[in-house]
Amino acid sequence: MAVLLQFIIGLVFGLGLIVSGMSNPAKVLNFLDFAAIRSGTWDASLAFVMAGAIAVTFMGFKLALRRSQPVFGEKFHLPTREDIDARVVAGPAIFGVGWGLAGFCPGPAVTALGFGTSSAVIFVAAMLAGMSLARFVANRPSMSDIVTPADRLGM
Amino acid sequence: MTATSFTPIASAAGGALIGLSAVLLMAFKGRIAGVSGIAARLLPPYEDKEFSGRLAFVAGLVAAPVLMWLATGRFPAQSIEAGMPVLMLAGLLVGFGSVWGNGCTSGHGVCGLSRLSVRSLVATATFMATAIITVFLVRHWG
Repeated sequence: MAVLLQFIIGLVFGLGLIVSGMSNPAKVLNFLDFAAIRSGTWDASLAFVMAGAIAVTFMGFKLALRRSQPVFGEKFHLPTREDIDARVVAGPAIFGVGWGLAGFCPGPAVTALGFGTSSAVIFVAAMLAGMSLARFVANRPSMSDIVTPADRLGM
Repeated sequence: MTATSFTPIASAAGGALIGLSAVLLMAFKGRIAGVSGIAARLLPPYEDKEFSGRLAFVAGLVAAPVLMWLATGRFPAQSIEAGMPVLMLAGLLVGFGSVWGNGCTSGHGVCGLSRLSVRSLVATATFMATAIITVFLVRHWG
């Protein structure tokens, strides 16, 4: 039951990415192209994706977290860290370069697999390799001496 | 580059669906809808017993364009301009960076900002900045 529900929740997420245009890398890159504001070809749509998503999530999280526990789970897994360390700057800096090169971030890239293109398969394979590498490097004993353990963002 | 048209209503509606999905995942499973965290944990090492739920979420993502195809008879617009070497490099950077920074556009950008997390604000501002700089260099440099 919970697994079927998670499939539907993923489906809603994917439909949101498609309806919003986030699943189209060209649209993402045209948003990120701020030099196009002057030439008039800038596509501001993605600001509206962010606004729509945050408006619903901001209100919805407040409602959802009123309960003492989730419907199918013992507790809410919320990130607890508030410090700004090197990783929370370096990671997104690296991520942003990759996002700007291809126009894919993880959600749209995984969704793109359903379009059946070889480009999506290649990107996702490389992305999973990069993810495994980051987890491997972060979990080395020598690393845990100099960086504090990551908090559990994500499900 | 492929020109795309300004779609504020469709984009806000799609964004609202993304938000709805994030709220449902929190309400039912108590988890942040961060796609990088979900995808990364499909691979070992496994730290908990949530594998089947994560796989179901990812299967839902992949099923979305297929459902659109079944409903409308064609796939939604998608234009991938990057060639194979760039896709591989970009994929590596996106994968490494999102895990290294504990989140991506969904985990930090949508869920984190909605929780008014300062860490997520710093992360989101950083990846927006480097993405904008990267697109500028690729499209307008030289």
